[in-house]
Amino acid sequence: MTNFIIILLSAVFINNYVLSKFLGICPFLGVSKKLDSAAGMSLAVIFVMLMATAVTFPIQKYLLEPNGLEYLQTIVFILVIASLVQLVEIVLKKYIPSLHKSLGVYLPLITTNCAVLGVTILNIDAGYNFAEAMVNALGSGLGFFLAMVMFSGVRSTMETSDIPESFKGLPITLIAASITSLSFMGFGGIIENLFGGA
Amino acid sequence: MSEILTAVIPVVIIAVICGAILVIASKIMAVKEDERFPVIRECLPGANCGACGFAGCDGYAKALCENPDTPINLCIPGAENVARQLSELLGVEFADVAEQIAVVHCSGDCAHTQDKYIYQGIESCAAVKLMYGGKGVCTYGCLGLGDCAKACPHRAIFVKDNVAVVNPVDCVGCGVCTKTCPNGLISLVTDTKNVVVTCSNHDKGAVTRKLCFNGCIGCKKCERVCPEKAIKVIDNIAVIDYTKCPDCKDFGICAKNCTTGCIKISDLHGVHSINKE
Repeated sequence: MTNFIIILLSAVFINNYVLSKFLGICPFLGVSKKLDSAAGMSLAVIFVMLMATAVTFPIQKYLLEPNGLEYLQTIVFILVIASLVQLVEIVLKKYIPSLHKSLGVYLPLITTNCAVLGVTILNIDAGYNFAEAMVNALGSGLGFFLAMVMFSGVRSTMETSDIPESFKGLPITLIAASITSLSFMGFGGIIENLFGGA
Repeated sequence: MSEILTAVIPVVIIAVICGAILVIASKIMAVKEDERFPVIRECLPGANCGACGFAGCDGYAKALCENPDTPINLCIPGAENVARQLSELLGVEFADVAEQIAVVHCSGDCAHTQDKYIYQGIESCAAVKLMYGGKGVCTYGCLGLGDCAKACPHRAIFVKDNVAVVNPVDCVGCGVCTKTCPNGLISLVTDTKNVVVTCSNHDKGAVTRKLCFNGCIGCKKCERVCPEKAIKVIDNIAVIDYTKCPDCKDFGICAKNCTTGCIKISDLHGVHSINKE
């Protein structure tokens, strides 16, 4: 049990995909202008990360590894994740239109998101079993959610602040993102102290 | 050669399987969309202003598809043109749109009123309103920082001499600005020759006079001269009942007789009427 908590917490805070690993920067900068769109995007990311891990893990373990095809990992994962997201979109549109309406615009954006591919590949690299991989995927998604929601707050404050002309728009957003990511450095070493280096 | 095949074949197989699943899924779970929807949506201007009372153009198009009783003349920016297209598409009788235009009920420009302090904060009317009701001496008047101008999707409003001015040639009457003004100074009037009260000050006459030379002092002269009894001074400000104006026998008499000149004749022929002519 402690094992899962460690994986979850470290995925959310220490190895945060956006702020520590710098994956998924595109939606982080693109969709974080408003709180509701940031939350919608992050929920879609959590959902897709879990789905993608659940599908790619068996593919790696039972299809690629026994046949010595590990080097096809990246391309097969991209293929599978992309079609999975499309499938999910079709299913949602048919059966849960309300969810499709709120996640709909973000799902195609996530299709080729590096954070999603990163989670699935790093799960394999870390040597997790299936349950651990799912927990890690959930943690990574929650970490993405946290980063997005936090940053949308930062951006809403920037909207009303007096920014020098040359910094307006993307430059100041990048600077704010770097400072936010700097703050996450403070979480380093917290797990070792909490769980006694387990 | 075989090494290449061992790599290519599994990927191709997986791709074909994925593709097949997607094709089957999209066939089985296809959602039927009203085929009129994209056509109707195409007719609407796409400004998403909400003047029709629905949530954007998509909402109006959906309502038109689903409910045959939805009036076709609700799109004010699209005006006659859109209403005509819609009536053809839906087979409903044509009804003309009541074209409207935005009017700013304040004329307290730099020459007629003064500032009570120098403001150096965020460039927004909503912000300056929080500081003692605005930087001008009149707390009812235009705040002059152009929240309406920023909100206008057609760039028809600009701030001149500290007062927002509507450029009738660009205004389509969507009414977005009416919701953004913190003082509620902007309203929509019919897009024709009109008389407009260009003041919103509810103070007593003497107080208003001190604050702004253009203010309505509530003298009721317009009430007396109006042949249609369309003007009423309510809470120290003249209010015009526009439903009675079209029958006016002596158009513009109220403006000519206004003591302070705050009732003005505005030749508010907007973009729609210009197109018609």
